[in-house]
Amino acid sequence: MDVIPCAMFRKHAYPMSQSPRTALPAGRAEATLTEIFPAAGAEAAATGFVVAQLGQGTAPVLWIQDRGAQRETGHLCLAGLGLRRPLMTMQLSRPVDVMIAIEEGLRCKALAAVVAEIRGDPPAVNFTAMRRLAMRVKATNVPCWLIRQAATAGLSAARDRWRIATLPSASDPDDRRAPGDPRWQVELFRSPSGQTGTWVAHYDRRTGREAGGAADRLDLVAAIPDGTLAEDAGTLGQRAGR
Amino acid sequence: MERWQRTQERSGNALADDLPQILSTEGPHGPVIHAVNRAAHLAGVTVGARLADMRALCPRLRAEFADPERDRAALHRLAQWARRWCPWTAADDRPAGGMGGEYGLILDTTGSDHLWGGEAAMLAEMEASLSTLGFSARLALAPTWGAAWALARFGPVRAIWQGAGDLTPLPAMALRLDAETVLLLNRLGLRTIGHLADLPRLSLARRFSRAPPAQNPLIRLDQTTGHLPEPVSAPDPPPVFRADARLAEPIFDPTHHLPGLCTALCDQLAKAHRGARRLCLTVYRTDGEVSRIEAACALPSREAAHLVFLFRDRLDRIDPGFGFDLISLEASATEALGTRQVDLAGDTDTSLELSHLVDRLAARFGRNALTQFQPAASHIPERAEARAAPLAALPALVPVQTERPQRLLDHPEEIRVLYAVPEGPPAQFQWRRRSYRVARYQGPERIAPEWWQDRPGTRLRDYFKVEDDAGHRFWLYREGLQGDGRGGAPRWFLHGVFA
Repeated sequence: MDVIPCAMFRKHAYPMSQSPRTALPAGRAEATLTEIFPAAGAEAAATGFVVAQLGQGTAPVLWIQDRGAQRETGHLCLAGLGLRRPLMTMQLSRPVDVMIAIEEGLRCKALAAVVAEIRGDPPAVNFTAMRRLAMRVKATNVPCWLIRQAATAGLSAARDRWRIATLPSASDPDDRRAPGDPRWQVELFRSPSGQTGTWVAHYDRRTGREAGGAADRLDLVAAIPDGTLAEDAGTLGQRAGR
Repeated sequence: MERWQRTQERSGNALADDLPQILSTEGPHGPVIHAVNRAAHLAGVTVGARLADMRALCPRLRAEFADPERDRAALHRLAQWARRWCPWTAADDRPAGGMGGEYGLILDTTGSDHLWGGEAAMLAEMEASLSTLGFSARLALAPTWGAAWALARFGPVRAIWQGAGDLTPLPAMALRLDAETVLLLNRLGLRTIGHLADLPRLSLARRFSRAPPAQNPLIRLDQTTGHLPEPVSAPDPPPVFRADARLAEPIFDPTHHLPGLCTALCDQLAKAHRGARRLCLTVYRTDGEVSRIEAACALPSREAAHLVFLFRDRLDRIDPGFGFDLISLEASATEALGTRQVDLAGDTDTSLELSHLVDRLAARFGRNALTQFQPAASHIPERAEARAAPLAALPALVPVQTERPQRLLDHPEEIRVLYAVPEGPPAQFQWRRRSYRVARYQGPERIAPEWWQDRPGTRLRDYFKVEDDAGHRFWLYREGLQGDGRGGAPRWFLHGVFA
């Protein structure tokens, strides 16, 4: 059984040929517009997935929610978020306003990232609007994440498109009955490099809580097609660390 | 006191007038009463007494903290407002005498009274105008500052100087002396101004030769009678930054005139080294209607392009009617803003960019749309964070030792729960018409109600982190315990979702 251990931000270990363009803050090499489609019930997982990749620094993150997303899946909880950047939040009622606000945010180079959550498939989120956002991202080099809750993955100009679903968590070494570090099944189903695939993301809560550990807290492990290891929760993470 | 009452009324939480209320300040031995309302005055509460003593006297007393700084600022604004009666007004905010908080306005009405139909009519008009603002006032008219001060506080209602005899029955305190000097004079048997004036000047001068001028009764007496000059120095009105465009023909769309107006305004601001915080664009229609649009900046700014941007999408809200012929742009609030050097590398200033972003978003979506989380000292999760204005400096986030979810629902949602033991974790629960079987759990974490602000009877919460077979992780709590005497069976709520 071949398990490839890799950390999201370590170049050599990433299963794709180069480090992902979604990894933004350290090098700020090339920011992208990224879409994430969480499965039903995995909206918080998408939040965690994005937060784990925002890095740390003093540049703030602009986080925009439309009313549907806020009503259905709640608002962010700063204490549990573990974000190591200042956070500015906006709650807007209409998806049109969200798109306008994203565009305004992407004009500002002082932001670390713009994250937006839109629920459903509103007509405002169409190919033209996405194309505008992609151009804006390219112009200012501020990464943009769109979390498309309960949406269908139609035509889009986003460079990277992910699907995310929850998996049973890793076992907690201190308490067998407790849920441990969260794990998600992430699928990169569209990427300009063509290197798509499915991974099991392992989110390390402990390094996240300690100072300076933000960069390495997300591990991507290639998903096992037969699923024999996945059933045995916990062993996968241990083997990946070996 | 009255300024505080108006503020409370405006925010909608004013108490009834007949409840005794006071404002207090910090004294050396605990809070001291600073101002009282009418009901408290009738109940025997006196200014300057200790709050603890007055509580014993009047148990129903409601106390709030006074804000002398804002009072002083309001007084200075009121002094500017009083320029409507005469051009020479000043705020008298020097703490004079033993009367704490006795602030006043001084108006030099020389040559202005005939415009209001005589002195008595002018005083009546002043009192009426001030009462429409919600302030009660005691007015007096006299040839010197000192005499007017004394008559306003110790003389009859709307006193007008008739002659030096008016002052003789007033107490010595009316000379703007502090409590120590007044006590000394009283011990010497000099209780009124008349007693002091009858004394030979030489003995008074000798007795108080070491007193500072403000506490020297002889100097104060001379100022009151006019033997010593005491001019009123009126502060300059704050500068008005305003640019107008007067048009020959009525137009319907002000868009093309806005950049010019902004540039003119920014030139004025640059000369004064100030930046605009609030802007008001006023459009005067030919049929006499006036409409205005307001915009605000998060940081003071005098960049014409940025100011134009703030109005960009809001000009179409103006109803042009038959067109308008005067457009005026005014900076209604300004702050000092020096010239700033951007670094030599030519990088853009990040803080400036951020403030511009905040302005643009606030101009479009309203001032309350953009917020920043501010940690608050509370264990109740929904109270542990407050909304603050963006770009404000925040206290450091105190890390919570226990785990918190990534997302919190706006209102905890009630769920139906099956459990093995009432005190234990749930075995299965139903949320939003879907049932989840609990595979693993962690907890409980008990959070007790905050007795100092919760209603009595609020139940404690036992939080559990649970995970179902598919890996959905939730934060549930049970409100209360079985048989805790605060209602029936405990209810369960789902409060947050973990990543």
